[in-house]
Amino acid sequence: MRIEVAGEPRDIEKGATILDLIKLEGVETPEYVTVSVNGDFIPKDELEKELSEGDSVEFLYFMGGGM
Amino acid sequence: MKIRLNRSDFDRIAKQARETLPNECCGLLAGHVDGDLKIVQRIYLLTNVDGSSQHFSMDPKEQLEAVLSMRTLGLKPLGNYHSHPETPARPSEEDIRLARDPKASYLIMSLASGEPSLKAFHIEKGAASLEEIEVLE
Repeated sequence: MRIEVAGEPRDIEKGATILDLIKLEGVETPEYVTVSVNGDFIPKDELEKELSEGDSVEFLYFMGGGM
Repeated sequence: MKIRLNRSDFDRIAKQARETLPNECCGLLAGHVDGDLKIVQRIYLLTNVDGSSQHFSMDPKEQLEAVLSMRTLGLKPLGNYHSHPETPARPSEEDIRLARDPKASYLIMSLASGEPSLKAFHIEKGAASLEEIEVLE
């Protein structure tokens, strides 16, 4: 099925989960990444949720620091 | 790598840094790359959800909105900035530890001397090096 990742089309297997996609995309340091699907932020304990045809996924890297 | 931004954007960051006192402010930079030059065309003022004078974390919702805006406008993410209200414009150990994108420029605006001072850094593998900043009047 076809989804979008960061605005680019991706073909993934039907039934693939968000966690599968994180691995497929080679997301580095996933513990510092927030995932949104169709504009909704996905809690860390819901990353096993299956993706659907046409979903739009964004990986947002944590940005922060301190003095 | 050199980074160029307009005086108006410098002033916007300074204004945000002052208005956010005593806390740190933060935001994102977008534009395009021409060889070794990053040209900032738009800045995104984001909320520091830590609400702290010693730490910052960008609001993920605003971060997402900024990323989508950049894509719509055909701009590339160039880096980010945050303020140091009372310390010099150099990355702290935490800034370096949490910097995960070697393609990004990390800008720090210090208000320690009263007048805003802006510096840019390349951070990779736990080391920070200074990048040149050009402010267009």
